[in-house]
Amino acid sequence: MDLSSLQAIAANNDWGAIFPEVLLACVALALLALEIVLPAKYHAYLPGFALFGVLAIIPSQVLGLRPGFLLEGDTFSGLLHHSHEGQIMRVFFLVTAALVCLLGTVSLAKQKMPHTEFYHIVLVVTAAMMLLAQSNHFVMLFVTLETVTIGFYILVSYFRTSALSLEAGLKYLVMGALSSSILLFGIVLLYGVAGNPMLPGHTGSAMNFDELSGFLSMNPHHFLASVGIVLVLSGVAFKIGAFPFQIWVPDVYQGAPTPVTAFLAVGSKAVGFVILLTLVRTFSAYAWLTLPILTLMAAATLLFGNFAALTQHNVKRLIGLSGVSHAGFLLLGVVAAATVPMAFGAVYFYLFAYLIASFAVFGVMAHVAGPNDADQEISHYAGLAKERPFLALVLAIGLGSLAGIPPLAGFMGKLFIFIAVFQSGHYGLLAVAVVGVVISIYYYFTWIRAAFFETWTPPADAETASSRPALTPVTASLGVVLGLLAACTVLLGFYQGPLGDWLTTR
Amino acid sequence: MSNLPFDPLLLSIAAPLAVALAIALGLPKRWSVRLAYAGFGVPALLALYAWWSYGAQPQAHGYALLSSYSTGLDGLGIHLTLGLNGISLPLFVLAGLVGLAAGLYAIQSGAERLKIYLMLLLIMQAGLMGVFASVDVFFFYFFHELALIPTFIMVGIWGGRDRSYAAMKLTIYLTLGAMLSLVGLIALYVKSGANSFDLIALREVIANRPLAETVQHNIFGLLMFGFGILVSLWPFHTWAPLGYGAAPSSAAMLHAGVLKKFGLYGLIQIALPLLPAGVAHWAQVLALLAAVGNVLIVGLITMAQRDLKQVIGYSSVMHMGYAFLGVACFSVLGAGGVVLLMVAHGLSVALLFLLATSIHHRTHTFDLTQMGGLAQKTPVLAAFFVAGTFASIGLPGFANFWGELTIFVALWKFSHVFTVIAVAGVVISAIYGLRAAARVFFGPPTEAFSIVAAAHPPADLSWKEKFPALILLAALLFIGFWPQSLSTPLNATLSAVYAPPAAIAK
Repeated sequence: MDLSSLQAIAANNDWGAIFPEVLLACVALALLALEIVLPAKYHAYLPGFALFGVLAIIPSQVLGLRPGFLLEGDTFSGLLHHSHEGQIMRVFFLVTAALVCLLGTVSLAKQKMPHTEFYHIVLVVTAAMMLLAQSNHFVMLFVTLETVTIGFYILVSYFRTSALSLEAGLKYLVMGALSSSILLFGIVLLYGVAGNPMLPGHTGSAMNFDELSGFLSMNPHHFLASVGIVLVLSGVAFKIGAFPFQIWVPDVYQGAPTPVTAFLAVGSKAVGFVILLTLVRTFSAYAWLTLPILTLMAAATLLFGNFAALTQHNVKRLIGLSGVSHAGFLLLGVVAAATVPMAFGAVYFYLFAYLIASFAVFGVMAHVAGPNDADQEISHYAGLAKERPFLALVLAIGLGSLAGIPPLAGFMGKLFIFIAVFQSGHYGLLAVAVVGVVISIYYYFTWIRAAFFETWTPPADAETASSRPALTPVTASLGVVLGLLAACTVLLGFYQGPLGDWLTTR
Repeated sequence: MSNLPFDPLLLSIAAPLAVALAIALGLPKRWSVRLAYAGFGVPALLALYAWWSYGAQPQAHGYALLSSYSTGLDGLGIHLTLGLNGISLPLFVLAGLVGLAAGLYAIQSGAERLKIYLMLLLIMQAGLMGVFASVDVFFFYFFHELALIPTFIMVGIWGGRDRSYAAMKLTIYLTLGAMLSLVGLIALYVKSGANSFDLIALREVIANRPLAETVQHNIFGLLMFGFGILVSLWPFHTWAPLGYGAAPSSAAMLHAGVLKKFGLYGLIQIALPLLPAGVAHWAQVLALLAAVGNVLIVGLITMAQRDLKQVIGYSSVMHMGYAFLGVACFSVLGAGGVVLLMVAHGLSVALLFLLATSIHHRTHTFDLTQMGGLAQKTPVLAAFFVAGTFASIGLPGFANFWGELTIFVALWKFSHVFTVIAVAGVVISAIYGLRAAARVFFGPPTEAFSIVAAAHPPADLSWKEKFPALILLAALLFIGFWPQSLSTPLNATLSAVYAPPAAIAK
C-alpha cells in the first residue's frame, strides 16, 4: 500500500475548518458520558447543557459570516466546499437545533422516556446537516445524508410507547431506505458513466461535483447520465417531501414527537434544498432535463400540498401538508435559480422566514398538546385567545407568516420568489402559485379562526369531556423565545436591513 | 420637503402604529383610550394640513412632501417613498377624516375587548394613510394588506350575524384579488425593466420606452380583475354586502369608506397612465360589467333588500359601478370624476354605516319592515340620515353630485348607451335610498317597533355619536360647495400624468 498518497490527501485536511461540527459532536458525546457519570438528580440539567453547547457555537458562526472571517475554498481533498451560503446554512441549522432542544424540554416532560439520547441524536444530526450543506462530493453527501436519515429514524419513533410514533418510524424507515437506495443507484450510474474511458472528458473522481460538472458539460445528452440524474433528484425529492415522493409526510409528521416534526419540517427540508441547489448547479449542462422535471414537480407539489391540507383536522398533518406546499414554493425558487441569480437569495430568505414562523407555530403546538402527542386537533385550539392571549398571538403571527400575509416575513419570502419566477419567465408556475396561496389562506385561517373566533364548548357526554388536554404553562425562557420569534417575523416583514442587502445584491 | 420639523406623511403612518404598539404592550385601558384619540387625531390633522398647504408646497416630480427612506431592499428598487400628488391628496384627506370619525365612534361604542378593537383600528388607520401616501408601488400594496388584515379579524371577533362565514369569505375573495394585483404589479416591475417599484421611475422609464401592446393587455387584465375584486366589481362583489353586514360599524366605515378605494386608486394612479393600450383593450368589457352588473343588476338587488345594512352594503357596490365607468372613459375628466366620487362616496357611506348602527341601538333590528316613525323620537338622527341618503343619491350641494356629474359628462363622450344606463341608476338609487329613509323614520311605527320603543325609549343622538357624524357631513358639504379645493390640484396632476399616454392611445 502506498502510504505517501494517503499522506498527500491528509495534508489537505483542515480540521479547523470544521470545528463547529466537531465541537457539536463532542457536546453530543459528552451528554452521554455525563448521563453515566452524574447522579440521577443532576440529569435534569443535561438538556440545558446541550442547549448551552449549541448556543455557544452560534456566535462564532455568525462572526464567520463577516468578510475577513469567512471561510472559502475546498478542504479535505474537495470533500467539502466552504462558501458564504454554506456558512449561512450552518447558522441556520444551529438555530434550528437550539429551538428543537428547547421544544424538546416542553414535549418530553409530558412523557416517561429517557431524555438525554434525544438531545444527543439532535446534535449529531445537526452536525451532519451542517456538513451536508457544505459537501462537494457524493461520498460526503451520502454519508452525511445517511447520518441525518438514520438519526431521524430513531427520533421519529422516539415515543416508543405510542403506536402512532412507532408506525411513523417504520414508514419513515421503509420510505427512507427506498429513497436512499434510489439516490445511491443514481450516484453509481453517474460515477460509472463518468469513468467510461471511451467518453470525452472522462474522469476518475466523478464523485466530486466540480469534476462531474465538467464531464457532464462535455456529454450533454448521454442517456445513462440522464437516468442517473433523474434518480439522484428523486432521492433528494423524498427528503424535501416533493410530489410524487410526499406520500410519507402526513403520517410521519403526525406520529413523530412535536419537536421532531419541527426538526423534520425545517431542518430536513432545508438540507434537501441546499443539496438541490448544489446539484442543479452541478447538473447545469442537463438543464434541458432537470428544469422540466423540477417545474412539473413544483406545480404538482404546490397543488397537492394545498389541496390535501384543506381537509385535515389534525394540526400536525395539516402543518405537514402545508409544509409540502412550502416545498413547492421553494422549488419555484430552485427552478428560477437556473436563470435568475437573485432566486438563490430568495430561497435562502424564504427558508429563514419559514424557520422562524414554523418554530413559532410548533412552539404553540407543544404547549397545547397533551400527553398523547399525536392527537392534536384544530378543535383543541378553540378559545385559545381567551385563555392564553399570548400563545394565540404567537400562533396567529406564525400562521400568518406561513400563509404569506403582509407585513410578515413569509410574505417577503413569497414576494422574492414571485419576482424571481417572473423574471425567469415561468408564468404558468406563477399562476399555480397564486392559486396555491389563495387555497392556503383557507386552512391557515380555519386554524386561526378556531383560536380566536370560537369558544370551547365541552362535549355533552362525560366520556369525551376530557378529550381536550390541559394547556401547558409557558415558562419564562420559552415565553421570551416565542415572543422573539413572533417579533422577528414582524420585523423581517417591515425591515430586511442587511439580510435584504445581501440577498438582493448578489 | 415641508417646513415642518418632521415629515408629516411618515408621522401620519407612525402615530397610529405607535399607539397600537403601546396598547399591545399592555397600556391600561384609560390611557389606551386617551392615546387612541391622538392616534386617530394626528393623521386627520396632518391630512388637513397637507390639504391646506398643498398649493404652497414645493413640488418634485409632481409630488409634494416627497421623501424617501431605505428599508434594506435597495437592490430590488424598493424604498419607502412618500409623497402626495393631486390624485392621492383627496384620498389621503378622506382616509384621515373617515379614520377620525370611525375612531371616535369606536371609542364611544364601548365594544367588548375595547383595547384590542382600538388597536386593530389603529393598525388599519396606519395602513390607510400609508396606502395613499406611498409613491412606491410595493409599499402601496404593502400598506393595503396591513390595513386589510385587521378587517378580517374585526369581522371575525366583533362581527354580527354569520361573522365566521363572512370573515372567511372576505379573506378568500380579498386574498385572491390582492394576489392577482400583486402579480400584475410584479409584471409591471419586471417588464418595464426599470428595476424599481418607484412610481416616478416607472413613469419615466415607460414614457421613454412604452411596453409592448400584448404585455399591456395582459397586465391591465390582471390589475383590472385583481383590483376589481377588491372594489367589488360585478360578478365578484358578493363578499361586500355579506362582509359589511357582519362587520362592526367602525370597521365597515373604514373598509367601505376608504380601503375599498385602494383598487380604484391603483387603476387611476398606476394602471391608466402606464398601460394606455391595456385600458383601450379592456375598456368596453369593464364598462359593460360595471354598467350592467354593478349599476343595473346590483341596483335592482338593492331595491329588494329588507335589511338596512344590506341596503347600504349593496348600494356601495352599486356606486362603485359609476367609478368603474369613469375609469373606462380613460380621460382626465373621467378619472377626475372618479377621484371626486371616491372621496364623496367614502364620506357618505361611512356616515350611513355609522348612522345605521346608531339606528340599530334604538330599534334593536336592521329589518326595515320592523321600524317606522323613528323621526318623531329622534329628529336629529333622522336629519343626519336623510342628509346622508341625499348625499349618496348625488343631490347638488353634496360632494357626490360633482363626482357623478363629471363622470356622466365624461361617459357621454365614451358611450351614449352606458350613460343612459348610469343615469337610470341614479333613479334606482333614489328609490331605494328614500324608501329606506322613509321606512325607518316616517310613517306610523310598526307593531314590532312599538314594542321595542316601549321597552327602551329611544333617545336622540348623543354628542359622542353626533360629533363623528358631523365631521363626515361637514366634509361632504364643504366639498359639495367648494369642489375646487380638491379639483384644482387633481386637474393639474391628471393633465400632466395623462396627457402623453392619452395621445398614444388615440
